[in-house]
Amino acid sequence: MAFYFVQFLTGLASAASLFLVASGLSIIFGVTRIVNFAHGAFYMLGAYVAFTLTERFSGALGFWAGIVLASLVVAVVGVLVEMVLLRRIYHAPELFQLLATFGLTLMVQDLVVMIWGPNDLLGRRAPGFKGAVEFFGQNIPTYDLFLIALSPIVLGLLWLLFQRTRWGVLVRAATQDRDMVAALGVNQKWLFTSVFALGVFLAALGGALQIPRDAVHHALDLRIIVDVFVVVVIGGLGSIVGAFVAAVLVSELNAFGILIFPKISIILVFLVMAVVLIVRPWGLFGKPEAAARRTPGLTVNPWRPLTSGERLAAWAGLAVAAMLPLVGGNYALTVGSEIAIFVIFAASLHFLMSVGGLASFGHAAYFGLGAYGIAFLAKMAGLPMIVCLLLGPLLGCLGAAIFGFFAVQLSGVYFAMLTLAFAQIVWSVAFQWVAVTGGDNGILGLWPEKWAAGPASFYWLSIGVAALAVAALRIIVFSPFGYALRATRDSLLRSEAIGIDAKRIQWTAFVIAGTVAGVAGALFAYLKGSVFPDSLGISLSVDALVMVLLGGVETVSGAVIGAIVYKMLSIWLVSQTDLSKLVLGGVIVLMVVAFPKGIVGMLETIRNRRRPELPKPAVLKSGIESAE
Amino acid sequence: MRRRYLLGAGLAVMVAGMAHSAFAQSGEIKIGEINSYSLLPAFTEPYRKGWQLALEEVNAAGGINGKKLVVVSKDDGGKPADAQTAANELVSSEKVVMLTGTFLSNIGLAVSDFANQKKVFFLAAEPLTDAITWSKGNRYTFRLRPSNYMQAAMLVEEAAKLPAKRWATIAPNYEYGQSAVAVFKKLMSEKRPDIQWVDEQWPPQGKIDAGPVVQAVAAANPEAILNVTFGADLVKFVREGNTRGLFKNRAVVSFLTGEPEYLDPLKEETPEGWIVTGYPWYDIKTPEHDKFIKAYQAKFSDYPRLGSIVGYQTIKAAAAILAKANSDDPEKLIAAAEGLSMPSPFGEITFRKIDHQSTLGAYVGKTAVKDGKGIMVNSVYRKGSDYLPSDAEVSKMRPKE
Repeated sequence: MAFYFVQFLTGLASAASLFLVASGLSIIFGVTRIVNFAHGAFYMLGAYVAFTLTERFSGALGFWAGIVLASLVVAVVGVLVEMVLLRRIYHAPELFQLLATFGLTLMVQDLVVMIWGPNDLLGRRAPGFKGAVEFFGQNIPTYDLFLIALSPIVLGLLWLLFQRTRWGVLVRAATQDRDMVAALGVNQKWLFTSVFALGVFLAALGGALQIPRDAVHHALDLRIIVDVFVVVVIGGLGSIVGAFVAAVLVSELNAFGILIFPKISIILVFLVMAVVLIVRPWGLFGKPEAAARRTPGLTVNPWRPLTSGERLAAWAGLAVAAMLPLVGGNYALTVGSEIAIFVIFAASLHFLMSVGGLASFGHAAYFGLGAYGIAFLAKMAGLPMIVCLLLGPLLGCLGAAIFGFFAVQLSGVYFAMLTLAFAQIVWSVAFQWVAVTGGDNGILGLWPEKWAAGPASFYWLSIGVAALAVAALRIIVFSPFGYALRATRDSLLRSEAIGIDAKRIQWTAFVIAGTVAGVAGALFAYLKGSVFPDSLGISLSVDALVMVLLGGVETVSGAVIGAIVYKMLSIWLVSQTDLSKLVLGGVIVLMVVAFPKGIVGMLETIRNRRRPELPKPAVLKSGIESAE
Repeated sequence: MRRRYLLGAGLAVMVAGMAHSAFAQSGEIKIGEINSYSLLPAFTEPYRKGWQLALEEVNAAGGINGKKLVVVSKDDGGKPADAQTAANELVSSEKVVMLTGTFLSNIGLAVSDFANQKKVFFLAAEPLTDAITWSKGNRYTFRLRPSNYMQAAMLVEEAAKLPAKRWATIAPNYEYGQSAVAVFKKLMSEKRPDIQWVDEQWPPQGKIDAGPVVQAVAAANPEAILNVTFGADLVKFVREGNTRGLFKNRAVVSFLTGEPEYLDPLKEETPEGWIVTGYPWYDIKTPEHDKFIKAYQAKFSDYPRLGSIVGYQTIKAAAAILAKANSDDPEKLIAAAEGLSMPSPFGEITFRKIDHQSTLGAYVGKTAVKDGKGIMVNSVYRKGSDYLPSDAEVSKMRPKE
C-alpha cells in the first residue's frame, strides 16, 4: 500500500514539471492563438541559464535567486522575440506563427551547444531539498514534495491573477473573443506581449526547476514540447485548470502504467489524447471554439485555374526539369528525385490545409504507411516494383480512411492534435513491432528494379509522378468537389445549410491527401532503399507543415515552391555545415518576416498589385478590411 | 506559373555547385566520413578530434603509399535518410574510395545497405548493433567498435560471479536497449541457470520519467540491476536512484557507463561499485596508449573520450586498409581488410574475415568517485576476440552471399 501511495506522489511530482510548462503554453495559445513551437526552447534556455547562475551564486539564497533570475532573463528574451518577430506576423494566415517559432527552435538548438558546449551538464541539487524522507520503508525525495506543493501554488496564483486583476479579466476576455476586446479599445499589443512574457516565464521556470534532478542538454526542448502540447490539448486549450488536471492524469497513468506494461511510456500520452479527443472533442475543460468572425483562409485574390499561357509555362518548366539528367550527375539526380518526392508530399498536405482548411500535424503517418506498404509488398509478398508502387500507397489510403473518419469530427488545433496522436500511434507500432517492421532498425534492401534503378530513370519517374499528382490535385480543387470542400472550409454552417455533407466531404479530402502522401512515401522507400520509423515521425510532419507554410497556405499550389526551397536549402546546408539548424532556422525566420504570406503568396500579391484593380464584390472587400 | 522554371533553375544551380568537386585531384585519396555531428555533439566532437589527429599522423608519415589522405566529412543530423543522401553525395560527387563513420545503429545499417547496393567499401565506426555484422551483414561492411554482444559477454563474465539471484533490467526502449538486454539475459542464464528476472523497465530513449521507473524497479526488490540507459537518461536515473536509495546494497551492472562521455557528467553523484564497460584513459599504462594520449593532449589540450579512440582508430584502420590494397577497387579493399591486423591505442586489433568485426576490446572495471569526479577503478582490458561466439554460430547468423 505504501508503495502505491509513494508511486502516486512520484507521479504528482512528474506532473508538476509538466504543468508549469503546459500552463504557459496554454495561456499563450488562449490569447494570441500562436502555436508556440518555441515553448520547449524557452524551457531549455531556462534550464541552461539557471545552470550558469546557480553555479555562479553560492549558498541556498544564490540557488533560489538563480532559478528565479533565470526565468526572468528568459522571459525578457521572450518579450524581445514577441516584439521583434511575432508582432510582425499576427495578421498572417493561421499557423504561420508556427513557422517562425519553429525557426527559432532550430536556432536555439545550435546556439546552446555553441554557448554551453556539447556535454551534458549536471546542475546543483536544491539546498534544503537534497535527500529523501522515509515513508513506511519507501523513500520520497524531498524535492518531489517541494514540486508537488509548488504546482497547486502556481495554479492558485494564476487563478488569482486571472480572476482578481484587471489584466486577468482582459486576458480571459481575449481568450474568449479577441476581436471584441480589440473593438473595445484595449491595447492588444501590450496585452499580447505581457501574456507572452508570462507564458515564457512559466516555461523557463519549469526548465530551471529541473536542474536538481535532470541533466541540462541540447535536446531538452524536443523532449518536452510535444508532451506539453498534448497536455494542453487534453486539458482543453486556454484552460489552466485543464492543463493541471491533464498533467496529473498523464503522469499518474504513466507512473502506474509502467508497472503493468513497462513499454507503455513511449505512446501513453498520445493514447490518452486520442481517447479524450474522440470522447470530448474540445478536451476535458475546453469549450467549443466560438465561430470565427474572420473567414479562415479567405484569399484576397480569388483562386482561378491557370490561364493557357501559364499552363504552357508549367509544361515548359517541367520540360526544363526533365532535362536535368543531361547536365547533372548521379548526386544531383538523386537530390532532384528527393525534392520531387517532397513536392508530392507537401502538395498533399497543402491540399488538405488550404482547400480543406484542415491543418494536419501528423501527415507523415500516411507518407510512412505508403513506404511501409512498399516494404511489406516487396519484401514479404515479393511483388514486382510497378505493382508495389500502385498498391503500396493503398496502406496510406487505408490509414487515412480510418484515422480521417475520427479526425474530421474535430476542427482547428484539436483536429491537428488528433492527427498528431494517430501519427504517433502508427509510429510507435512501427517502432515496437520488431518482428514485422524491424523496429527502429527498419526494413532494408528495397532497391528499385533495373528499369528504374538508374538515377536518371528514377528521377524521371519521380518528377513524372510529381507532375501528375500536382496536376490531379489542382483539377480536384477546381472540380465541384473542390468547391464543396472550400465551402466547408469557409463556412461550415452555410455549406451544411445548402445541403453539403461537410464531414463526408472533409473525410474524402483527408483520404485523397493521405493517398497522395502514400504515393510520395512509396517513391521515397525506393529512393532510399529502406524504410525506418523516422518516415512516420513528428519531424517529418513538421517538415511538411513548414513547406506548406513557406510556400503560402492561401495559394493553390504554393507548396510546390515551398517544398523545393525548403528541401534544397536543408539538403545543401546539412551537406555544407554542422550548424545547419542555426542557418536554416535563421533563414526561416527571415523568410517569415519577408514573406508573411509565404513565398508564392507574396509573389502573387506583387503580381496583382501591378495589374489593374479587378472589380471585386463590395461585400468581399469590406469583409477583408474589417478582418485586418 | 513560374514555379517549374524555378525548379529547373534551382537544380541547375545545384548541379553547377557540385560539378567542380567531381574531379578528384590526382595525388590524393579521398575517403568519406558521416556522423551525427549536430544531433550528438557530446560524442562526435571528441570523435572528430580523434580522426583529425589520425589524419595528421597518416599524412605526416607520408600518406597512403605517397598519396595524401583526405577526409570529406558530412553531418547526418541523426536521420538514416539524410545519412544516405550524404553517402550518395560522397560517393557520386566527391568520388570517395570508401565510406566510414556513423554512430546510431539504424544509420549504420542504412549506410551499410547503401554500401552493399552501390558496391562501396564501408567501415562502420560506432554502431553497436549486432545486426550490422551478423543478421544484416554484407561483404562491403566492416565494423570497428566492440558490438553489443561482445560488451554483454564481457559484463556477463563479471556479473556471473555475483551472488545475486534476483535481477531487474532497465534499458531504453529501442533496438540497442532491447538487444543489449536480450543478449545479457541469454548469456547470463546460460552461466547461471539459478537466476530469476524479476522486473524490466523500458523508458523511451531520451525521455525517462525517472521517479516512477526507479520506484517500480525498487518495488520488485531485485538483488542486482542491469542498466543500459546512457546520456541524459542515465543522469536522471542515477540522481533519482541515489535519492531514493535504489542502489544501496544492490549490485549494478551497466553498459558503457565507464566511458568518459557518460561518466563525467555524473560528477560527484557517480554511484560507486557499478560494474561497467568503458575507457579509463587516466589508468591505461601501455606504450601504445601513452603515445596516443600525448599526441592528443598536445594537439587539443583536452583529455580523450572513447569517441576520440574510435575516431582515431577508424582513420588509422582506413589508412592501413588503403595502404595494403594500394587500389581503390572495393573488391581489393575487402580482400585487404579481411584478416588485416594493425596496432591501436588498445593494442593490436584484427578485422575478422568471417564477419568483418574488429577485435577491438573494451575496459571492464568498477565505478568510483575521486575528487568529486566519477572514475573507473580496477579496470582490465578485455580483448574483443575472446568474447565472440564460435565461427560456426557466426556463419549461421550471417546471410549467405
